[in-house]
Amino acid sequence: MTQRSFTRVLLYTLIVMIAVVYIAPFVIQVATSVKTNPDATSNPLSLWPNPFSTEAFKTMFGYGDNDYVNFPLWFTNSTVVAVFVTVGRVFFDSLAGYALSRLQFVGRRFLFLAVLAVLSVPGVVLLIPKFLVLQYTGLYNTYGGMILPLIVDAAGIFIMKQFFDTIPYSIEEAARIDGAGVFRTFWSVVLPMTKPALLTLTILSFQGSWNEFTHMLVATEGPEHQTLTTGMAGLFSGAVGSAQQFPLKLAVAMVATIPVAIVFFVFQRRFVAGANAGSVKG
Amino acid sequence: MSQAEVQARPRRSKLRSNEGKAGWIFVSPMLVILGLFLVLPILMAVWVSLLDWNTNDGDPFAGAGTFVGLDNYKNLLASEGLARQDFMTSIRNNAYYVLLVVPLQTALALLLASLINARRLKGRGLFRTAFFFPSITSSVAISIVFVFLFVGNGGVNKVLGWVGFSGPSWLTDPRGVFWILLDKVGLVDIDSPPGALAEHGVLGLSWWDWFAGPSVAMTAVMMLVIWTTSGTFMLMFVAAMQDIPEEIDEAALMDGAGGWQKFWYVTLPQLKPVLFLVLTLGLIATWQVFDQILIMTQGGPDKTTLSPAYLSYTASFTGQDWGGGAAISFVLFAIILTMALIQRWVMRDKDLPRKKRRGRTKPPPPAIPTRRDDKVAS
Repeated sequence: MTQRSFTRVLLYTLIVMIAVVYIAPFVIQVATSVKTNPDATSNPLSLWPNPFSTEAFKTMFGYGDNDYVNFPLWFTNSTVVAVFVTVGRVFFDSLAGYALSRLQFVGRRFLFLAVLAVLSVPGVVLLIPKFLVLQYTGLYNTYGGMILPLIVDAAGIFIMKQFFDTIPYSIEEAARIDGAGVFRTFWSVVLPMTKPALLTLTILSFQGSWNEFTHMLVATEGPEHQTLTTGMAGLFSGAVGSAQQFPLKLAVAMVATIPVAIVFFVFQRRFVAGANAGSVKG
Repeated sequence: MSQAEVQARPRRSKLRSNEGKAGWIFVSPMLVILGLFLVLPILMAVWVSLLDWNTNDGDPFAGAGTFVGLDNYKNLLASEGLARQDFMTSIRNNAYYVLLVVPLQTALALLLASLINARRLKGRGLFRTAFFFPSITSSVAISIVFVFLFVGNGGVNKVLGWVGFSGPSWLTDPRGVFWILLDKVGLVDIDSPPGALAEHGVLGLSWWDWFAGPSVAMTAVMMLVIWTTSGTFMLMFVAAMQDIPEEIDEAALMDGAGGWQKFWYVTLPQLKPVLFLVLTLGLIATWQVFDQILIMTQGGPDKTTLSPAYLSYTASFTGQDWGGGAAISFVLFAIILTMALIQRWVMRDKDLPRKKRRGRTKPPPPAIPTRRDDKVAS
């Protein structure tokens, strides 16, 4: 064997082995979700359920003999949050990003520095502060409290500002000379040119808000406002926590992952862009 | 200064005279939301951290609770007691976690990026998808999967069994990894630790406890985190690698550099800015470990997976000691800031002149790359 083909074999062996480690947990998850409890416990690695069981999915959707997994409600709540947060972020982050990049007004530079400062505040430090303010404003355990604090994010503003910076001013100047107002110019001339950035921001916002856990944990209590993340976390305390119902837990986790997975496979390029542009998210 | 500013400055004409008002209107939603849900709450929490208060006391901003000054901070850092012992335990746990996760995830990301970037690799997109996918999933969902894999009779131990190891009961084993290693080589007996270490200590923990290393349970959390984050960092390295001019690579090969030499002396120096970014992001994120611990171990066994973030949450929400919980948050904040500044200082470009011979042909990419997408997606 020549040295060249030897290194090639080595390269492929290594990368395939690592890829198996990265994919295996998901494959095992899918297989386990259709197993019975005893089968899942005694054959945790087998990819062939014996016997095949849809018990976990029946329980999730309320057809089983348990009622502590209100999956449809969790899914609905997560959807509501993700839709409002995504729409809000895309609109408000673009507005702020545009102003910080383009408009001449007193205090702009200071505001941009403030956005950078906000970016550097570690998220978990805000757990208790957020709870305090939601209690104080009466937004605790409401949809408002779940959505409003997430509806603007500094990282998104930063991404949009950077993108607006790359668009030459001459393009909007023409519109302004024709008498279009500031908002009009922003909305119909500049914004359509930022489609790639908007798409990236939309996807990052959807993924971020769908997966949001800590904010929901401190903003809500009780079953009505549970999202998928807080609902799943609840599975580890209480009735199910002690009885290791892994097929059920893994099935919930799997279905909770599917929406983001679909978006990921359709828009993978945007995620890749986001991982680089969005690396500002600490 | 941004491009727009450069172009716009000389034209401060009537055309732009109405931008002042518009500017403030455009940023007003941002100001309201970030002010109300970020700046204000931090100030509120600063106040609460000076109180002895729980939610039954009533409104802390209208006089409820007892003002205790800096006592909550003293309890964490100075006064002897359970609060300090727990806090120091969490600091120890998190410090070992940071010390191991940051280098390992960075090295793994670099390895993955090098493999992905190998010129002769086919199916690059497929592999990249496989490595990146864990990063985009929910931390809660993926932690659930890992609990299943790491339970005593779970998949990980089954695999270890195939190769003749009997794995520990991962999530419930509080033994420090350093203890186990020292016990294996016969230096100490894990069941009767040397008195000199066990009976003396500092800040409420014995030396034996300080030098325990991460517990077995913590290593399971660490594996999960390394596995999920390496994909994102890999992408950042891949983007930077594709920015390295091809001539540099060729020049190195012509000079007879082998693969490893080329990587060490040519590729790595070029990656310094992104390496710095990855280490900084890693450092900031690892000091905040929370979700995985809440799902996988709840701080146990024996408090060996307690992190400051998780401790501040349980102190407040479970223990109703809101002042103490808030104080932990701010001490954690200070730790993260300090670590980031120290790292910045350590990694400053002190040896830039020496490296000139390695041929820095272009300025390093900006710390926060934008619009890399078209180049990365192959």
